[in-house]
Amino acid sequence: MNGAHDMGGMHGFGPVQDEPEDEYFHGEWERRAFALTLACGGLGKWSIDEGRYSRERQPPARYLGNTYYEQWLHGLETLLVEKGLVTEEELRTGKAAGPKPNDVQALPAERVYKALQQGSPYTRPVDHPPGFAVGDRVRVVNDHPLTHTRAPRYVRGRVGTVVLYHGGHVFADASARGERGVADHLYNVAFDSKELWGIQAEPGDVHLDLWEPYLEPA
Amino acid sequence: MSGPHDHGHGHHDHDHEHPRLSELQLRVRALESLLVEKGLVDPAALDEFIDIYETKVGPRNGARVVARAWTDPEFLAWLRKDASAAIKSFGFEGRQGEHMVVVENTDKVHNLVVCTLCSCYPWPVLGLPPVWYKSSPYRSRAVIDPRGVLADFGTVLPDDVEIKVWDSTAEVRYLVLPQRPAGTENLSEDELADLVTRNSMIGVETVSYPARPAQEAAAQGGVQ
Repeated sequence: MNGAHDMGGMHGFGPVQDEPEDEYFHGEWERRAFALTLACGGLGKWSIDEGRYSRERQPPARYLGNTYYEQWLHGLETLLVEKGLVTEEELRTGKAAGPKPNDVQALPAERVYKALQQGSPYTRPVDHPPGFAVGDRVRVVNDHPLTHTRAPRYVRGRVGTVVLYHGGHVFADASARGERGVADHLYNVAFDSKELWGIQAEPGDVHLDLWEPYLEPA
Repeated sequence: MSGPHDHGHGHHDHDHEHPRLSELQLRVRALESLLVEKGLVDPAALDEFIDIYETKVGPRNGARVVARAWTDPEFLAWLRKDASAAIKSFGFEGRQGEHMVVVENTDKVHNLVVCTLCSCYPWPVLGLPPVWYKSSPYRSRAVIDPRGVLADFGTVLPDDVEIKVWDSTAEVRYLVLPQRPAGTENLSEDELADLVTRNSMIGVETVSYPARPAQEAAAQGGVQ
């Protein structure tokens, strides 16, 4: 979707402000919002892409006004309700009105470290051969889906060169719709800065990881 | 530097100063107690998540990978061929680092990593991202004005250096291998790791020797 999250190339946000290496959270609520999001993610009720989509479909003004962990908190509350794990009423009161669904199990503390170490690899077999090879010129399809996509606006319709083939990966657009098991070929595509930004461009290029359905031969 | 978007930067927690923050504190507390009551989260698991990312997984991991790459040509070759496996040999693996690619800075190429769409970042080697990496200023400008972003960090590169920006749009995570600074031939691998900053592995800085004061403080204060 063409949301406020898709901000590559926007102007006017001001300078970047550095901060120390050992500063991860700003306030106890951020720690808890972070941990609650990971713990609930461990229930297996939604994919990482559904998580991203839950944050980016906020109204743009709200998205831009939020701090980072406010996005997470909003996304978490949204998914908990949509997946039927809690009700709006329970969120309002902070009190359980009914039992937990039978088919979910809280991730116990002693399994946290192992779960993180294992991660969740996203490579998958794909049922058709790759349509592109390293060195091919490709154009990003000029598509504006209403749902989640990982082809940012600033590359749509632009031509680049395939520089890496990553293999088959879970296709984010399908995964965000709750479709499990859809995978497609993933490529790293380099775009010359001039192709993206025209006469203002500095010499150099910008690389993006793009799935085959985003691309057509150029 | 500070400004209207300076969300409580600095070493203190600012919860008590802001009505909005108190509201958030209450909202999160209510959510946590609801989820615990419903049996959806184990409160001890929450503490474990926080402890791991505040004290165990951070940019010192990535610094060890970089220092090894600077001193061991075989390791460097492995890193180029299969970064995920080479990095896993340190025990750095898993969530948000399942598929790693290392991009090397040279005299002619400087790499910079961003996630314009959200906040994708290689957690096993760099820990959780700093606020600025997730912020609108960085996400909007890194792709259109990389030299301007570098200048915000005091980094100025020669004109003939080409900048490659890596926008993390899938589940592949990128780690920048900075250039080894001149004059470090006699340093041990551990001493070299102390020079490597988080920012240099994102690509907004180069590595200096002797270390800049901020760089030294970062390396000493950073988690292991």
